[in-house]
Amino acid sequence: MDTQTVVLNILEDLTGEDLTGHLDTELFDSALLDSMDTVQLVLELEEQLDVQIPVSEFNRDDWKTPQQIIDQVEKLK
Amino acid sequence: MPNMQPYANPMYFMVLVIMLLPLMIALARGVRLKVYETIVSAAFIFLMFTGAKWQEGIALIAYCIWQVVIVLVYQRERQQHNRTGAFYAAVILAIAPLAIVKLTPVFSYHPSLLGFLGISYLTFKSVQVVMELRDGTIKAIRVWPFLRFLLFMPTISSGPIDRYRRFEKDYENVPDHNDYVDMVASGIHYMFLGFLYKFILGYFFGTVLLPQVAQAAMSQKMAMGGTGISWALVGYMYCYSMYLFFDFAGYSLFAVSISYLMGIRTPQNFNKPFLAGNIKDFWNRWHMSLSFWFRDFVFMRVTFYIMKHRLIKKRVHISQVAYLINFLIMGFWHGVTWYYIVYGLFHACAIIINDMWLRKKKKSHLPSNRWTKALAIGITFNVVCLSFLIFSGFLDTLWFH
Repeated sequence: MDTQTVVLNILEDLTGEDLTGHLDTELFDSALLDSMDTVQLVLELEEQLDVQIPVSEFNRDDWKTPQQIIDQVEKLK
Repeated sequence: MPNMQPYANPMYFMVLVIMLLPLMIALARGVRLKVYETIVSAAFIFLMFTGAKWQEGIALIAYCIWQVVIVLVYQRERQQHNRTGAFYAAVILAIAPLAIVKLTPVFSYHPSLLGFLGISYLTFKSVQVVMELRDGTIKAIRVWPFLRFLLFMPTISSGPIDRYRRFEKDYENVPDHNDYVDMVASGIHYMFLGFLYKFILGYFFGTVLLPQVAQAAMSQKMAMGGTGISWALVGYMYCYSMYLFFDFAGYSLFAVSISYLMGIRTPQNFNKPFLAGNIKDFWNRWHMSLSFWFRDFVFMRVTFYIMKHRLIKKRVHISQVAYLINFLIMGFWHGVTWYYIVYGLFHACAIIINDMWLRKKKKSHLPSNRWTKALAIGITFNVVCLSFLIFSGFLDTLWFH
């Protein structure tokens, strides 16, 4: 599976919403994700995509939409 | 030798702005006068610790040397071995001076010689740098950039708590002319809003009104079967809450204002906290630079650790444990007294109950309209004010002295 599918699957599990086609949704501002979800997201990404994402890297300004998350993960791969 | 406490009086602002003028003119032309800025900053920090406060000044210097050594040694360790034990040791050593200062009053009548104005806030910055070195988000740090971040003059005494990478980016990039003009305009706006908050509203609630309500509440010490609960105490609660907000928000506006004049976008500390619709929302609006620091470096790290090692199974329980740890540490950070610790526990309980309610609300279809929203704001406001009554320490005086 490519990064986009994996990220969107994880986000669907966490938020209960299918964000395909809504890649620029503001996840924090729209209260779809909170800190707990964020930690789970980081753990799932690490497990499923074999990337290392330090918690302090998770700067909310650079990871605030599904698209940004996909781009950041690609960068870390 | 004169002594000047930060933002204490109009004189301070006049002298400071005059001294910053050359820096501001250069910034408007696209140049940061780093040497000049360092000299002015050092002079103003020096003037905080003159006269009777000289011992605090020495403590500050010793503290800086201590933190520089920790960061440099840990950085070397991180590059060579990256051992977990070394990371914990570095964090503990970075917190040690603050812990000693906070614990000394419990055991002794004399304050610790290691203390100085601002130690609590500086500690957040150095611990943050150690944690980011561990995470690899700060790759390498040199002495000078670390010190100018640690000792950034407008925020040295009480924050807001900036982040190293954010600060460094601002410092190394001069804003373009139009951006800087906007920053100066905002800076001046914040300064005058700060005057209104701190010197007029804060003064009114804290210096004019508060002693009177305090006296009234003390005179009813034996009310309600000896608990001292009276209307005057309720009055004290609201009055103190208003004072706390306007005084601290006013101070924070000054720090942000002067930072902006210096071309640094120090983060804001308050965003209409009394309009929060629940406790979670409140912590996204009150003393934001502190609560976000706790969120990123305590809450998220604790939950990450628990989840990764599968220490607790249920997600709900993980967040509850993390909230308790988070707010207890915040309570202890304020000071080792029963009321600060109860304040921390109170907020942990409030946010846990809040979370339960939010989950319930998600499942059931409860009405949501402007009346329920107004009710939510009203409840949150009163819960918060009650927490500030605990925080104020007034109950300690009322009950035990």
